[in-house]
Amino acid sequence: MSSSRRDVLDTSAAPSRPARRTAEFTPGLQLSGDHDLCPGCGEPIALRAILETLAELGLADAAIGVVGIGCYTALTSLIDVDLIQALHGRAPSVATGAKRMRPETLLFTLQGDGDMVNEGLQEVIHAAARGEKITCLLLNNGVFGETGGHMTATTVLGQRTKNTLEGRNADDHGHPIPIAELIARLGGTGYAARGSVHDVKSIATTRRYLRRAFEHQLRGEGFSFVEILTMCPTGWFVPTAEGPRYLEEVMGSVHVTGELKKPGR
Amino acid sequence: MEGSEAITEAALSAGCRFFAGYPMTPFTEVHEGFARRLPDVGGVCINAESELEAVGMAWGAAATGARAATGSTGQGLSLMQESLSEITRAELPLVVFNMARGQGDYFQATRGGGHGDYRHVVLAPIDAAEAAHLTQLAFHLADLWRHPVLIYGDYLLAHTSEAVEIVHRDFGPLPEKDWAVDGSLGGTGRSRNVNPIGMTKGSKGIDPAAFWDHLQQKTDRIEAAEARFETESCEDAELVVVAFGTLARFARYVVRELRAEDLPVGYFRPVSLWPYPKGALLEAARGCGGVACLEQNAGQMIDDVRLSLLGEAPVLPIGGISTDAAGFGVGPLLDAAVIRERVLGALREIRP
Ligand SMILES: Cc1ncc(C[n+]2csc(CCOP(=O)(O)OP(=O)(O)O)c2C)c(N)n1
Ligand code: SF4
Ligand SMILES: [Mg+2]
Repeated sequence: MSSSRRDVLDTSAAPSRPARRTAEFTPGLQLSGDHDLCPGCGEPIALRAILETLAELGLADAAIGVVGIGCYTALTSLIDVDLIQALHGRAPSVATGAKRMRPETLLFTLQGDGDMVNEGLQEVIHAAARGEKITCLLLNNGVFGETGGHMTATTVLGQRTKNTLEGRNADDHGHPIPIAELIARLGGTGYAARGSVHDVKSIATTRRYLRRAFEHQLRGEGFSFVEILTMCPTGWFVPTAEGPRYLEEVMGSVHVTGELKKPGR
Repeated sequence: MEGSEAITEAALSAGCRFFAGYPMTPFTEVHEGFARRLPDVGGVCINAESELEAVGMAWGAAATGARAATGSTGQGLSLMQESLSEITRAELPLVVFNMARGQGDYFQATRGGGHGDYRHVVLAPIDAAEAAHLTQLAFHLADLWRHPVLIYGDYLLAHTSEAVEIVHRDFGPLPEKDWAVDGSLGGTGRSRNVNPIGMTKGSKGIDPAAFWDHLQQKTDRIEAAEARFETESCEDAELVVVAFGTLARFARYVVRELRAEDLPVGYFRPVSLWPYPKGALLEAARGCGGVACLEQNAGQMIDDVRLSLLGEAPVLPIGGISTDAAGFGVGPLLDAAVIRERVLGALREIRP
């Protein structure tokens, strides 16, 4: 007996497919365990995209990560990839030395905006200019998340932080640095893109950027770079649920997503 | 060959395959030597954009298990201190050269010039031949202890030409570098993390107290095992002259000269500045009437001399700041006649 009404499930026989799709949500290169990043934080989402891309490219046993200092540093105990922990700001030089001695591996850095664009700006600029065959990944949330929400070089004008209480203003605090655009202009850079993790679509796009950046390195064609905008509701002092919208509308309007440099352009 | 060339050739013979640096007098020629010679042996030399990056690059290379080095002059070493502190804690074997402008970087070298609670090995060669030997030893000790080793030289050491033969030296077996990253363990659940905080995989967080305790125990073992020194005619000496590095070469010459004139002087040279050969110095000075500390700075090693003697003998500073017009540390104190007068003055002072 079959139902004539389309919104009533046919229960006359055992279902041929599971009613609900099941999936394993832990990426293969993530060790099980807890972390204490905040609810609504964008960094674990970005990390997952990175680990899944590495696995997809078959790089699980051929990659070395060099990690800076920020909230994401706490995630290193969960990353099942060979890692070197660098100082705040210094990952690109460490990755350079490692890559030169292990040219057959994929070398990536993981840095925050405070780490890369404040403390260690010259490191990433020179690595890019040298055309170093590494991939620098920036988790940009526009604040020092780890220290509790302070202004960085990418904080957008008007944003309130613990040391720009009335909002960042250009007169007193200068302008945000468009790091991806800067890096895209350098001769040694082969691939540069800025993605985001505020919704499913942006995450999928970011994964595509990551894949292209890694493939670029694997072809031996020089420096590649992906900036990933991530939510930091805690450091922005906005409710957790507000994070994605704030990221897309406030940060995303200044740090515009897209591919900035591709091979052959 | 010049001391700088002896250093680079010795480093190559010890298997050094990576160097990153930034030019500065009187270190520059060591850097040039690596740039010239490393490509011949399949190695890499990078002209880093600053000493911050130079030490970072060497850090990354060392973390892959390669024998790696960096270096500079004291000023450049100042910039590297944050990294040297963390590299020590990350237990990475790295060789660092300081061709200093005189001996004013003694504290920087021996006290752990960066933040936190650490020491690394410091070796101070007296001439080019010893610089070659100690450079080779430095790579061995770095691997043996998984610890940075600094070679302290100066303008004269780097720029004086002497007859040196570079022979390959085998200092004995070394542990496997199973900690070094090569990417191969990703996805196995046993991937590595070369880090300075004791972070382990799969667990949440770290146990700093246990980690620092482990480091301290290792540091204690290094201190007990690796003190090195040279001594001459201290047995019946009334005055023991203590000096290190280039200046010790002058001191040794003067002591030999005075001994030939039957004056009761002895000579003691710490070859390792950390660990300082405290026990050996105390032994050498036993029964003497005084210890003269000759160093080319305002008085830094004298602290270690006093700590070694613990009041057993009076300590007389006979060195001092001494430099040339360019500030490279080639001063009037580097003169046997000047040192002879100061040693004789100290001898008169301690004799009743
Ligand atoms: C030399 C140095 N200065 C300052 C710090 C303190 N510090 C740790 S993390 C951090 C900011 C991290 O911000 P970011 O890189 O943006 O990473 P996030 O926490 O936002 O992920 C700072 C300033 C440090 N560890 N080292
Ligand atoms: S402070 Fe911000 S970046 Fe850090 S864990 Fe919390 S939300 Fe994430
Ligand atoms: Mg940040």
